[in-house]
Amino acid sequence: MAEFVNLFHGFATVLAFQDVNVFGMQMYLPFNVFIMVVGIVLGVIIGVLPGLGGANGVAILLPLTFSMQPTSAIILLSCIYWGALFGGAITSILFNIPGEPWSVATTFDGYPMAQQGRAGEALTAAFTSSFIGAFFAVVMITLLAPLVAAFALRFGAAEKFAVYFLAFASFIGLSKEPPFKTLAAMLIGFALATFGTDHMTGSLRLTFGSELLIPGFDFLIAVIGLFGIGEILLTMEEGLKFKGKEAKINLRIVLDTWKKLPQYWWTYLRSCIIGCWMGITPAGATPASFMSYGIAKRVSKNGKNFGNGEIEGVIAPETAAHAAGKAALLPMLALGVPGSPTAAVLLGGLLIWNLQPGPMLFIENKEFVWGLIASMYLGNVVGLIIVLTCVPMLAAILRIPFGIIAPVILMFCAVGAYTVRNSFFDVVMMLVFGILGYVLKKTNYPLAPLVLAMVLGDRAEEAFRQALVGSSGSMGVFFSNALVSSIMALGFIALFWSVISAAISRIRGVPATAS
Amino acid sequence: MSGDGNAADQGPAHRYIELVFAGLMGLFAIAVVYGAWRAGIGWGFEGPKAGFFPFIMGAGLIGATAVNIWHGLQGSKSKIFADWDQLKQVGAVTLPIVVYIALIPYIGIYVASVLLIGYFMMKISDYGPVRTLIISIAVPFITFLVFERWFLVALPKGPLEAMFGY
Repeated sequence: MAEFVNLFHGFATVLAFQDVNVFGMQMYLPFNVFIMVVGIVLGVIIGVLPGLGGANGVAILLPLTFSMQPTSAIILLSCIYWGALFGGAITSILFNIPGEPWSVATTFDGYPMAQQGRAGEALTAAFTSSFIGAFFAVVMITLLAPLVAAFALRFGAAEKFAVYFLAFASFIGLSKEPPFKTLAAMLIGFALATFGTDHMTGSLRLTFGSELLIPGFDFLIAVIGLFGIGEILLTMEEGLKFKGKEAKINLRIVLDTWKKLPQYWWTYLRSCIIGCWMGITPAGATPASFMSYGIAKRVSKNGKNFGNGEIEGVIAPETAAHAAGKAALLPMLALGVPGSPTAAVLLGGLLIWNLQPGPMLFIENKEFVWGLIASMYLGNVVGLIIVLTCVPMLAAILRIPFGIIAPVILMFCAVGAYTVRNSFFDVVMMLVFGILGYVLKKTNYPLAPLVLAMVLGDRAEEAFRQALVGSSGSMGVFFSNALVSSIMALGFIALFWSVISAAISRIRGVPATAS
Repeated sequence: MSGDGNAADQGPAHRYIELVFAGLMGLFAIAVVYGAWRAGIGWGFEGPKAGFFPFIMGAGLIGATAVNIWHGLQGSKSKIFADWDQLKQVGAVTLPIVVYIALIPYIGIYVASVLLIGYFMMKISDYGPVRTLIISIAVPFITFLVFERWFLVALPKGPLEAMFGY
C-alpha cells in the first residue's frame, strides 16, 4: 500500500500551485500542469513533423531545461515523449506517412479507413487505444517498479553488468536487422562513449593528440544528428509529397466509436501485454506494434480483411506501441537501463541533473520518482483530450511545405547541438552523425543500439571494470552466484534466440511434415 | 571508379556502398584499437587500465565488420543504393547544410539561419521573394527572442547582433 501513499504524494507534487515567472509575467498557477500541457502540445507537433521525432525532439530541448527544477524538467520532457507517441498516429492515418517508426503498422488499416471517409473513427480508435495501452503500462510501472528497484538494491557491479549484457544481448537476438550489423552498431556506440577522459582513472584515452576530443562525444549530439539530420536526408531522397485526407472529428464520431471499442477487449489486453513485455526488454515500441498487428491479424475472425480498413488493425498496433513506449521507463527508472532511444535521452537528462537512475532513486529521490509517475497518469489524460480536440489544427501543420519545415528543423538541430555544451565542434559533429545516420539507415544498420550503447557505455564499462577489480581479473565473477549467473544465462538465451527458435521450430516441424 | 554492374547507369550499386561503408567502419575500429593500446590495455594498480574496455569494443567491431564485409560480398549486384536523381536531392540538401555550419562562427547562427531558410524556400520550394523574406527573417528572430531574451541561453552571434549591443 506504500505505493499508493507515494503515488498520492506524487499527484500532490504535480498539482501543486507555484509562484512562477512565465515569459516575464509573475503568475500563481499549477506550474507542472502548465508544463505538461506545453510538453504534450510540443510533443504532438514533433510527432507530426517529419525529421523531428521523440528522441531528437527531447534531445534538442533538453539543454533548455537545465535551469528548471528536475521534477518539472522531467515532466516537460516525458510529456513531449507521450505527445510524440500520440502524434505519430495522425500522420499515419491522414497522410499514410508514419511520423514515427512505431506508427508504421498503424498505416496498414488507418489510411484505408481514412480513404473510406472514416478518418475520424480511425483517429478516435487510435487515440483511445494509445490511452488504454499507456494507462495499462503506467499501472504496471506503479505496481512493479518499486519491487524491481527493491530487488535491484542487492545488485553488485557484476549483476549490474549482467543486466546491461542482457539488455544488449536481447537487442542482437530480437532485432529484425542482421545480427552482426546490430552488433557493429552497438560496438560503435560503446567505442564512441570511451573517447576522451576515462571517468574511473581520470586519464585521457583515444584523443589522438587532439584537444577537441578530450571532452569526448556527447550522445545528445549523436541523437540530434542520427535521428534529426539523417531523417531529413532520407525524407529528401524519398521526395515527400503530402496528400492528406480530410479529418472530420466531432463529439458524435468520438462517442460512436467509443461504443464499438469494448467488444475488442481481448485485442486490447493482448496488445497491452505484448507492449509491456517489449517495452521492458529493450525491443521498444516499433517491434511491439508490428508484433501486435501480426498476431491480431492471425487471431481475429476479421483477419482476412486486415489492410482494407479494419478498426482492429488500428487498435492492436497503437495499444502495443504506447504500452511499450511507457513501459520502457520501468527499466530506466528501476535499473538505469532505458528500453528505447527516447528513454535513453531522458536517462541522459537525469544524469545531467545529478539524479542517478536505478534502485537508489526510489529511496533518495522519492518525490521525483513519484512525481514523474503521477505525471504519466495525468499526462495521458491531458494528451487524449488535446489530440481529440486539436486534430484539424495539427493536420494543418502537415500542409506546411517541406521547403519551410526542413530548414527550420535544421536550424533547431544546430541550435540544440550547440546548446548541449556551447561547442561549435559539436555542431560539426552533428552533421557528421547526420550523414552517418543516413548511410546506416540505408544499409540496414539499426540506430537504436548505437544510441543506447553511447548512453550506457560509461556505466557498463564501470560495472565491468569494478566487477573485475573485485575478482582480481577473473571473468568467473560473472557466474559467481545464482543471481548473476541466471541474468547472464538469460542474456545468452536472448543473444542466440533466433538460432534457438529456429531449432525449436525444426524439431517441431520435422514430425509434422513427416506425418 | 566506374561501376561494373548493369545498374550503374541508374545509381551506385548498393553492394559497393555497403562494402565501402563497412571498410570505413573497420578503419574506425582499428583506430580505436590503436588508441586503446596506447592508453594501456593491461592490468595496472587501479585494475584494468583505461584502454582495456575500448580495446575489447574495437576488437569486437573488427570481427563484426569482417562478417559484414563477407555478407556484403555475397549481396546482390543489381540492387542500387539510390538512383542518381535521389542522390542529387540529398546532395542539394547536404551542401547548404555544410555552408550553413561553416558560416556560423563568422556571422552567427541567426543570420546564417536566415540565409538557410531563404535558400530552401527559393531554391527547393519556389517561393516568391516577399514570402521568403518574411518567413526567413521571422523564424530566426523569434528564436532569438526565445533563447537570448527569455531563456538567457547565449548562441553564437556575429557582427549584426554586435551592432545592436548583443
